[in-house]
Amino acid sequence: MIPFNYTVKNMFSRKMTTLLTVLGIGLVVFVFAAQMMMTSGLKRTLVSTGSDYNVIAIRKASQTEMQSIITLEQASILSAEPEISRSSDGTPLFTKEIYVVINLTKRDNAGNGNVVVRGVGPKSMELRPQVKLMAGRMWNPGSSEIVAGKSLAERFKGCGIGETVRFGGRDWTVVGVFDAGGTAFNSELWGDIDQMQNAFDRPVFSSLTFRLADPATFEAMKERLEKDPRLPLDLKREKVYYAEQSRAMSSFIGIMGTVISIVFSLGAIVGAMITMYAAVANRTKEIGTLRSLGFSRFSILNSFLLESVLISLSGGILGLIASSFMNFVQVSTTNWDTFSELAFSFAITPQIIISSLIFALFMGFIGGFLPAVRASRLKIVDSLRAV
Amino acid sequence: MFVIKLIIRNAFRHKLRTFLTILGLALAVMAFGLIRTFITAWYSGADAAAPDRLATRSAVSIIFPLPLAYKEQIEKIDGVEEVTYANWFGGIYVDPQNFFANFAVDPPTFFKIYPEYLVKPEYMEAFNRERNAAIVGTKLADRFSWKIGDQVNLIGTIYPGDWPFVIRGLYTGKDETIDETAFMFRWDYLDETMRQTMPGRAGQVGWYVIKISDPNRASEISDKIDSRFDNSLAETLTETEKAFQLSFVQMAGTIIAGLQIISGLIIGVILLVLANTMAMSARERIPEYAYLKTIGFRSFHLVGLVGGESLFIAGLGAVSGLIFLYLVSKPIAIAVATFFPVFKPQPVTLILAICAAAVVGVAAAIFPVTRAVRMKIIEGLRVVE
Repeated sequence: MIPFNYTVKNMFSRKMTTLLTVLGIGLVVFVFAAQMMMTSGLKRTLVSTGSDYNVIAIRKASQTEMQSIITLEQASILSAEPEISRSSDGTPLFTKEIYVVINLTKRDNAGNGNVVVRGVGPKSMELRPQVKLMAGRMWNPGSSEIVAGKSLAERFKGCGIGETVRFGGRDWTVVGVFDAGGTAFNSELWGDIDQMQNAFDRPVFSSLTFRLADPATFEAMKERLEKDPRLPLDLKREKVYYAEQSRAMSSFIGIMGTVISIVFSLGAIVGAMITMYAAVANRTKEIGTLRSLGFSRFSILNSFLLESVLISLSGGILGLIASSFMNFVQVSTTNWDTFSELAFSFAITPQIIISSLIFALFMGFIGGFLPAVRASRLKIVDSLRAV
Repeated sequence: MFVIKLIIRNAFRHKLRTFLTILGLALAVMAFGLIRTFITAWYSGADAAAPDRLATRSAVSIIFPLPLAYKEQIEKIDGVEEVTYANWFGGIYVDPQNFFANFAVDPPTFFKIYPEYLVKPEYMEAFNRERNAAIVGTKLADRFSWKIGDQVNLIGTIYPGDWPFVIRGLYTGKDETIDETAFMFRWDYLDETMRQTMPGRAGQVGWYVIKISDPNRASEISDKIDSRFDNSLAETLTETEKAFQLSFVQMAGTIIAGLQIISGLIIGVILLVLANTMAMSARERIPEYAYLKTIGFRSFHLVGLVGGESLFIAGLGAVSGLIFLYLVSKPIAIAVATFFPVFKPQPVTLILAICAAAVVGVAAAIFPVTRAVRMKIIEGLRVVE
């Protein structure tokens, strides 16, 4: 076998060319990893929003809370179900909420965005333990006060603490900012349900959320209640409900990202091929020497292939390092499934690291294969004669 | 003439390498073109908006309806020619995956205000006659193989229930920029059904579209409409149809921005591939440059020689990439027709690609050129292969 050292040293014999190839592959791996990080960040945000213990009910066939309408009567029937867990004071852990979308202007005047306003009840906070007030206070009942999610407070005009925002014919003062730990609630405005119902003139609810005493009872409960003609509702585990909201966006980003990565990778493979063909051409004489020393055709092939794979692996690592900085980047976009603004961060996962490296190795292997075959097929006499 | 010949000969000295370089550039230029085309396709709805149309929606957000009674009041405002209205129905055909736009529209006025939707008179007549008639775009009808007279049921998401419709007509676009994938049905069918099942939700429209007599008065008329409903229960926001459309298009603003960054990165890939090739060629030809200098060629000759070769290869790459782009955009346009009615490379994309290739050609030559120019003759001649 040709020493590994020989292969490594060859990489550095032509620094400029190696560097340019590494950069090219790095760029491709960066784009490949970044698009996957975007999808995984979106999914992570939505999946973590829901809890395994909570169940959400919306009107049948309404897809999301936005289209859903639930009457007070339906809400009272559901709240009496025995599977619902109870607080220490004996009342069910059950909340009726209203969900509307309003149009607000972004702080940097970068246009408008649709923002979720959620009218919540006294049990809403207890049902979402991840939601914690980080500044200010909760609203006073009966007043036009609201609290804003952290991401929203940063991005939208009027949503910071002490500021006011106008909707539903009133000015609302933001008295607190809450952090919901990287969940979708961070992109919402929360206020008192009674005030919201008045302001929007909607004496109905959008969704009902409750905690199960035992999560395993969900299937049986769902089956029983969906047969109940008094409750035209869809029951979903909260986690499933939120996870489903990432569907349209993540499949869109996934398809776009894959297509772009494939086309990009073709460019990088061609780049690796050019480099490796040039390496073979430049080292023809060395190859002849190695062969006459007794190294087999196979070990020549191996050595060149290894060099190409090493170059692409360096590119892959470089691309991953660059993309891991994206982990600190938060983006905000309209989630098509809910028609409203959602802030999320890029998220790198072990799986993304592994697939990016495999992708890089693959590019190096494909790009280096033909040149390595050419090197291994050179005749000793011809290659020694080369000038 | 001689110089050009030399440049071309030089470019093809390593046939395989030059071929691969051109291939790499062509692929990247094609990808650049596809992304740009995609972005234009995304904005095509807004580009098709007419300047003499305004849209009025609830000031709170598009999900809040407006009373039907506003129609008469808007019609009275000076400069308003015709008013129509529509509701987003958001119905599902069998499975949520089969997404398409479906609206309830006001039969007598809608197609008057949207002359770009061409409907045959007999279809129009059937639409006006039958309460649950629907008119659909030809592309949408093709997608689900619907024929005139077929019954199509939509499951309501916003308006609960199972809604039966009968396809009574097709529409085509005036030209290829018009979306032919929408499903329109009669607003009164929606309203009468709501009146029976949920009376509180009857008499409400999603938005108004207003045809005005003079596009130059758009902002003045918008202000008049909005101030008419100031401090009412349903305040309005009126904007040009283009702005209205853009507010939907921009829901993907972040993704579009990401794509724009990626299309910039592609230029980087092109640059790396070409710079690599040029650096290699220049390194191999150092002795030649020394000979040329010895014979009396000046620095600017070398600049022309190396730069010319770089530009030549970049040009070939860009041209082949654009040819690829045209070849692939046809089948892609057919594949994505249901989402993007208009998917066609724009002239500006071609110009941008050529400009990018020229910049890349120059940039890739900088390193080899400086090397050739700075090199002392004696060093160049001393190089041994």
